[in-house]
Amino acid sequence: MYDFFYNTDIGLVILTVAEALALLVPLLIGVAYLTYAERKVLAAMQLRKGPNVVGPFGLFQPFADAIKMVTKETIIPSGANRALFLMAPMLTFMLAMLAWAVVPVNDGWVSADINVGILYLFAISSLGVYGIIIAGWASNSKYAFLGAMRSAAQMVSYEVSMGFVLVTVLLCVGSLNLSDIVRAQRHMWFCIPLFPMFIIFFISALAETNRSPFDLPEGESEIVAGFFVEYSSMSFGLFFLGEYANMILMSGMTAILFLGGWMGPFGLWPQLGVLWFILKICALLFVFLWVRATFPRYRYDQLMRLGWKVFLPFSLIWLVLTAGALMAFGWLPNA
Amino acid sequence: MAFIDRTARSLLLGELVSGLGLTLRYFFKRKATINYPYEKGPISPRFKGEHALRRYPNGEERCIACKLCEAICPAQAITIEAEPRDDGSRRTTRYDIDMTKCIYCGLCEEACPVDAIVEGPNFEFATETREELMYNKDKLLENGDRWEPELARRLELDAPYR
Repeated sequence: MYDFFYNTDIGLVILTVAEALALLVPLLIGVAYLTYAERKVLAAMQLRKGPNVVGPFGLFQPFADAIKMVTKETIIPSGANRALFLMAPMLTFMLAMLAWAVVPVNDGWVSADINVGILYLFAISSLGVYGIIIAGWASNSKYAFLGAMRSAAQMVSYEVSMGFVLVTVLLCVGSLNLSDIVRAQRHMWFCIPLFPMFIIFFISALAETNRSPFDLPEGESEIVAGFFVEYSSMSFGLFFLGEYANMILMSGMTAILFLGGWMGPFGLWPQLGVLWFILKICALLFVFLWVRATFPRYRYDQLMRLGWKVFLPFSLIWLVLTAGALMAFGWLPNA
Repeated sequence: MAFIDRTARSLLLGELVSGLGLTLRYFFKRKATINYPYEKGPISPRFKGEHALRRYPNGEERCIACKLCEAICPAQAITIEAEPRDDGSRRTTRYDIDMTKCIYCGLCEEACPVDAIVEGPNFEFATETREELMYNKDKLLENGDRWEPELARRLELDAPYR
C-alpha cells in the first residue's frame, strides 16, 4: 500500500488529488456556509432572523442558492471580450484555491511545506487583482470598469502596509515557512507583542478582500455591483466563491501569523490541532461579518488616505521599532 | 493639545470599538421578525381589509340598497342595482365591488346606516386572475357568513368610539 502511493506515478497522482480534495471540499463547504453565516449574522445584528425556511434553521439555503445559480443562463454581453470575460472568474477562483496549498492546518498537515510559504501567499493574493481587472475590462461596461479600477488601486495600496506587517512578523520568526511561523508562537502568540500590527493586518485584510467597509469595488449603491455587474450564473458564482474563499484565506493567514495557527491558547489541548485552527478562522470570519454589520462604506479618498497616510507610516515606524527592539535586546532569531 | 487628543483617540479606535459593541448587543437581542405565514402581527379592530356583506341573526341580509356606499365610494368601485322584492322590501339585485379599484378607505363602511357593508380583518385574498377580484353579491355575503363572529366582535370593540 505504502509502496503503491509513494513509489509509483499513478499512486502519487491519486495521493495528490486526494490531498487537494481533502483540503478543497471542506473549504468549499465552508464557503457555502460562510454565505449562510453572513446572512444570519447580518440579520441578527439588524434584529431580523435571516434565512430560516429551507431546512432546519435554513441550513440548506446555501445549496438552494447554489442550485439556483448553476441553473441560470450565462449571459455574455455582446461588447465583451469573450475569452477574457470567461477567464476572469476562473482566474479569481483558481487563485483563491491555489493559495491554500501552503496553509498549514495542523502541525505537518500542509500540502506544500515550502520555505517561501508566506511569500507565495502574498504573491497569490496579489495576483487576485488580475481576475478583477480582467473582469472589469472584458465586460466592456462603465460600472464594471470603475469597479475594477477602484479595486486595483485599493488592493495595491493595502498590500504595501500588509507587506510591512508581514516583514515585522518575519523579523520575529526568522523564517518564511508558515509552519515555522506558527511554531515560533509556542510561548506567546504574536497578537500580543505585535498587537497594533495585528489590527493593521486585519483591517488591511478587510480591504484586500474588498469587504465592507472597504467594499468600494462592489459598491452596490453606487456602481451596482462593480466589476461583476455583467456576470451571471456560474461565472458570477466563481467570483463569489473566490471572494469568500479569500475571506477564509485571509482569516487563516491572520490566525497563522498572529493567533498561533493550530495551537490552543496557553498550550491548551494541543491534540485538537486543526480544530483550533478552524475555530480561530471562524472567530475571525465572525469579525469580518460583524464589521460589515457595523460600519458604513469608506469614501474613495478616505480609503486612500487610510492606506497611504495612516497605515503605511504607522506600520513602517512599528517595523523599525520592532527591528530596533530585537537588535537591542538580542532577541533576533537565528542570530 | 486638541490635535494630540484627537490623534490618540482615532489611533485607539475608540469610536469603532464602541460601534462594534453596539452591534454586538443587538446581535443578542430578541428579533423583531414575525415568521409571517405562521405568525401574524396584531390587527386593530378598525383594520380595513376584505369587504363583507353582513346578515341579521335570522339570516336576512342587512343591506337595504340605499346606495350610500355607492355614492360615497371615491374610487367608484361599488355598483348596486335594486328592485323591490316579492314581500315588498327593498333589496339589491346586484352588489359588485371591484377590489382592484377599491382603495380600502372604509368610507362605504362609514356610510352604511345598517352596518351591512363592512371591511373585515382579512387581508390575504390575493388571487391568480384579475377576474376573481371582481366581487359580486354572493361572494360578499359568503365573506360575511365566514367572518361574522369576528366582524361582530370588531364592531362591538369599536362602538364606543363611533
